Amino acid sequence: MNNMTSSSTPHADGQIHFAQLVSATAPSGPDGRVLVPNFRTRESIQTAPTADPRTAILSARDVIKSYRKGPLAIPVLQNVDLEVSQGEFVAVNGPSGCGKSTLLHLLATLDEPDYGEIYFEGNRIDNLAAAGRDILRNRYFGMIFQAYHLLPELTTLENVLAPAMIGESSFGYWLRRREYRQRATEMLQLVGLDHRLKHKPRELSGGEMQRTAIARALVSQPRVLLADEPTGNLDKATGEAILALLGRLNREQNLTIVMVTHDREIAASADRTVTLVDGRVQAA
Amino acid sequence: MYKFLLCWRYLRTRYIALVSIVSVMLGVATMIVTNAVMEGFTHEMQERIHGILSDIVFESRSLDGVPDADWHMQEIRRIAGDKIAGMSPTVHVPAMLGFQIGEEYFNKPISLIGVDEETYASVSDFGQFLQHPANRQKLDFSLKAGGYDTVNHESVEANSLMTTTRPQMEIAGWTWRKQKARFRRPPVAPAGSLDKNPFAASTPQGEDFDPAKEQHAGCVLGIALCSYRNLDNTEGFLAIPGDDVDIIFPNAGKPPKGLSAKFTVVDFYESKMNEYDSSFVFVPIRKLQELRGTIDPTTGVAKFNSLQIHLKPGANLEEVRDQLRRHFPPQTYLISTWRDKQGALLAAVQMETAVLNVLLFMIIAVAGFGILAIFLMIVVEKTRDIGILKSLGATGSGIMGIFLGYGLSLGIVGAGVGVALGLTFVTYINEIADVLGRITGRPVFDPSIYYFHEIPTIIEPLTVALVAAGAMWIAVLASILPAWRAARLHPVEALRYE
Repeated sequence: MNNMTSSSTPHADGQIHFAQLVSATAPSGPDGRVLVPNFRTRESIQTAPTADPRTAILSARDVIKSYRKGPLAIPVLQNVDLEVSQGEFVAVNGPSGCGKSTLLHLLATLDEPDYGEIYFEGNRIDNLAAAGRDILRNRYFGMIFQAYHLLPELTTLENVLAPAMIGESSFGYWLRRREYRQRATEMLQLVGLDHRLKHKPRELSGGEMQRTAIARALVSQPRVLLADEPTGNLDKATGEAILALLGRLNREQNLTIVMVTHDREIAASADRTVTLVDGRVQAA
Repeated sequence: MYKFLLCWRYLRTRYIALVSIVSVMLGVATMIVTNAVMEGFTHEMQERIHGILSDIVFESRSLDGVPDADWHMQEIRRIAGDKIAGMSPTVHVPAMLGFQIGEEYFNKPISLIGVDEETYASVSDFGQFLQHPANRQKLDFSLKAGGYDTVNHESVEANSLMTTTRPQMEIAGWTWRKQKARFRRPPVAPAGSLDKNPFAASTPQGEDFDPAKEQHAGCVLGIALCSYRNLDNTEGFLAIPGDDVDIIFPNAGKPPKGLSAKFTVVDFYESKMNEYDSSFVFVPIRKLQELRGTIDPTTGVAKFNSLQIHLKPGANLEEVRDQLRRHFPPQTYLISTWRDKQGALLAAVQMETAVLNVLLFMIIAVAGFGILAIFLMIVVEKTRDIGILKSLGATGSGIMGIFLGYGLSLGIVGAGVGVALGLTFVTYINEIADVLGRITGRPVFDPSIYYFHEIPTIIEPLTVALVAAGAMWIAVLASILPAWRAARLHPVEALRYE
């Protein structure tokens, strides 16, 4: 599997040819058909972790992920190791298609790795049952996205309240609704949007939408904020304001942040940058 | 909580889904209207049949009947006396009705019924089907001076378009009889001019019958026996109260022979059940027994065909019937409830209602597929939102709950509006029929065809509730597949969906 680097040779049109990718890694059957590599059985290639996952708040250990298309498997992440310490602001940097978003999804338990483990506060989380992962996403992780991903039917305040509504039973939410509203309003104050409580997302600017998304991600007081290209759809100035906000949250509230970005400059605003190339962590 | 909030927001913003439930709404409304009308129809018809027939009919299997109504009534009272409110003996015989119109002589087959005017009104609604107000109080088979209804008294409340007037009834009664007698008086030669009359000796001796002053025994004709409809929507009659008719009926001889007797029409019987209105003729029971010769000349005990038994309210019909059946030999007596008598008709109406309900429910089921299609579309449209909710920790069952709840709320809206629409339609059904009648120029509901003056409706709350619940159930059922698809969406793929 180590000769996988050869598969990164770009095709003439700049795209990586799927068949070429797989044929380089997977043995062919007697009839010339490409066989699907089964990553789960690749015990022999397992490498020792560089650090003990139990000391880090969030870590990926030897993670392999590929997407399947019929008999083909397109490798996205190859033996990725990542350690995020408590209070750290880590940027995952790399070109488009290098698998950084996939890594973030794996960390957020939105997807499962084909091989390898994800640890959160020393506990393995990638093999949790769906209910456990739902609770993790709801209470321990906050997520923001490039396209903001606000619910268009709900107002700013309701969007920020959404995690609370999801996490609580209807009656429980109703009992503690004042408390939640108070907290959501505080979060919107924190991001400077307390004057926009009743607005629908389509009435907001891009920066305002992203700040709403940050408020939503923070409302449940998560341990880790996972940001997927948070400035990708914003102009430079607005993007910098968002980054400044993230930086402030990291410093003032000691919030652990994992940010994925393709932009080196933006990545530079983080404490540490991990560069991903073709699904592999590049040595710094 | 987010489920309710999102359901509510989707309900308010997705008009296409509201359109998809219009068919549910219409189905529900139609079902409610149909059921109300059918229920009303059944109820009215039962009422009428019941009104005509009395609760239990105790019949002799022989046309000649069995003697001694009083003994039978005593016996019945002894068996089930605590449940019996009233009894009345009757005589039923097939007969012919004959009457003269101009030069033509008309004959019609009828069912001749001898009724006891003292007790008959107490066992059935017979009285209220008569056309003279005094006869409705108490029938005495005597011709009234006048004052017969010119419209059916039950339809007075109904609107003018549907009401049929009967101008001929204005002169019915003694007025008409005298007028006719004067007109038809045979030419009489001046006294003394025919002193050499060769037939004088053979003329029967006795009192002359003066039709201007006297009447024959009274009879009540079923109204459809001699009525016809004019083009101007009025009703005309071949014979009206005051006219004399011939009734030909079999006597009690062995073998029976036809007898003929003159009767004077004193009233019409209008039950709106055509089967009865076009065949029943009522005469006094004693007169009929006398004419047929079923009165024992030594004891004065007469034969009767049937006993109409009216039960006290709340009495179990079938129980009393079975009690009587056990006591009286079935070779001689036929004992049945009014329901048994018209079982086929009632069963047919019930069958019709059931079939209509099945068909209409199919319509709602078809509407369910419309909801399914729209819902699948909405799930596709909301794919990214589903991904967002999942990234915020929403469970698969929570996502499913949103769409099932959305389906249910659409069902509630559809069923609710449908119920409101249906109930409004039922409430104003006669007005709506009237307006439609005015627009199209012909009555939608022609009372002369049906048994009733108005479209009868009864709203059964249970039926309404069942229909509404069925519609909601179908809406939820239709949203199961889309909701399941939404719940199964992969969060990453859903988030990437553009």
